[in-house]
Amino acid sequence: MIKIENLSKSFKSVNNTIWALKDVSLHIKKGEIFGIIGLSGAGKSTLIRCINRLEEPTSGKIFIEGVEITALDKKSLRQSRKNMGMIFQHFNLLQQKTVYKNIAFPLELERLPKKEIDRRVDTLLEYVELSDKRDAYPSQLSGGQKQRVAIARALANNPKILLSDEGTSALDPKTTKSILELLNRIRKELNVTIIMITHQMEVIKDICDRVAIIENGKIIEMNTVEELFKNPKTSTAKSFISSLNPIDENGLIDPKKFKGTLIRLSYLGESAKQPIVSHMVKKFDIDVNILSGNINQLMSTSAGYLILELTGNTQEINQAIEFLKSKDVSVEVI
Amino acid sequence: MAELIIPSLLETIYMVSLSTLFSLIIGFPLGVLLVITEKGNIWERPLLNQLLNGIINILRSFPFIILMILVFPISKLIVGQTIGTTATIVPLSIAAAPFVARIMESSLKEVDKGIIEFSLSMGASIPEIIFKVLIPEALPSLILGITMTIINLIGYSAMAGAIGGGGLGNLAIRYGLYRFETDIMIASVFVIILLVQGIQFIGNRLSSIINKK
Repeated sequence: MIKIENLSKSFKSVNNTIWALKDVSLHIKKGEIFGIIGLSGAGKSTLIRCINRLEEPTSGKIFIEGVEITALDKKSLRQSRKNMGMIFQHFNLLQQKTVYKNIAFPLELERLPKKEIDRRVDTLLEYVELSDKRDAYPSQLSGGQKQRVAIARALANNPKILLSDEGTSALDPKTTKSILELLNRIRKELNVTIIMITHQMEVIKDICDRVAIIENGKIIEMNTVEELFKNPKTSTAKSFISSLNPIDENGLIDPKKFKGTLIRLSYLGESAKQPIVSHMVKKFDIDVNILSGNINQLMSTSAGYLILELTGNTQEINQAIEFLKSKDVSVEVI
Repeated sequence: MAELIIPSLLETIYMVSLSTLFSLIIGFPLGVLLVITEKGNIWERPLLNQLLNGIINILRSFPFIILMILVFPISKLIVGQTIGTTATIVPLSIAAAPFVARIMESSLKEVDKGIIEFSLSMGASIPEIIFKVLIPEALPSLILGITMTIINLIGYSAMAGAIGGGGLGNLAIRYGLYRFETDIMIASVFVIILLVQGIQFIGNRLSSIINKK
């Protein structure tokens, strides 16, 4: 659906060049919700804005459904932008126009007949559950309502792709949930491919299928969300995951303070449902002390970890660890 | 006294309304150009932007009285005469145009960059962004700017009275200053004050009625 090849973007200032993106390649599948997470300044906004060329890439290629976006002239680019909706952190609604007029805007650009615009706007308003706000002005709406209008407006041209540039970052947690539910519904019902730029791990956890972590303009980790939660490789990924949990496991547990062997189990989906630890205790002559644990509900499955202290005979402990490894759980000795 | 004041008031209204119109016709597109050619905007043209800025600054540096005399040949060309109420419209328009350009520029710049970005993301063209986004979004502020222009032009037109333009300023100078008829001078100044107050009031109301922000 979307293929990005060796994308780089630099900004020149008077005495130096800053690389906002360095050699980024990724492939986003049709109907997928793809998350791009990073801290501020990591380059994630630049990346999404290169996709519709609000930002011109310095080098590299972007293909959307086989069409090389980076090679289009201005006119074809404008046409292809109509197949991509975009929503923003600060909604960017037309302040002087009603909700109706805001959603009608892209349709008026298409010069559709008034009747058709009317019908389309009403359908969209119903879809985002804002029919009663048809004639309100943006200043009369709450943040969540504003973003719903922006989403309706982004969908007006029946786009195949929806780009969200920090679309939930200015919203409170409850409103964020409802916007994420709406986006998920859009993906399922309208089969729109969604790219989410965010710095909130909750967003990734709640609706993304796959995620890329971006740091200093580079993708440092890319995986399905399940795999990332189960087995984060980079410290950035780990810190994003632990940002979801109020207690930072690594900060609290110091292996030197325990006399037994500390292990960290990560489990995903099915393996989380089996009494593996209980089996282990019955099978081997060791004692188990639970130090910390957590489970995150992902969109399709659940992922979690457990930190255990094992005490007893060294050989028994080693065998127990081997046993765990055989049960489709990843085990890490701390 | 009314037979003196009323024709002069009508002359002032005539001069000010036409010169407002012409200065808008010249200044408004310049203001739009100043905004869109700026670095990072939708039609980035740094050289043109610098050139426009230079011309506007130079024109705005001229004292109005000197500019009036400098454009006598142009007035002669367009209106056929250099003094009188109609002839004064030419220097008034030329003097106010760069002012209008600056006022329009600052109003248009108030439009949130994010809204422009959204329009681009929707595939809007540059003219579509100017006419369907930039101007409608800046309208309340533009109306305040136009109000300010009208009031400025009332002031300029009174000055033009000193060198043969008509209107209330001319009346105040001819009767009040030269003939020491203080009551006529006070009356004309009073009418000018009423005019300014009235226009400012209407402008403010209009702007706040249409502003939905």
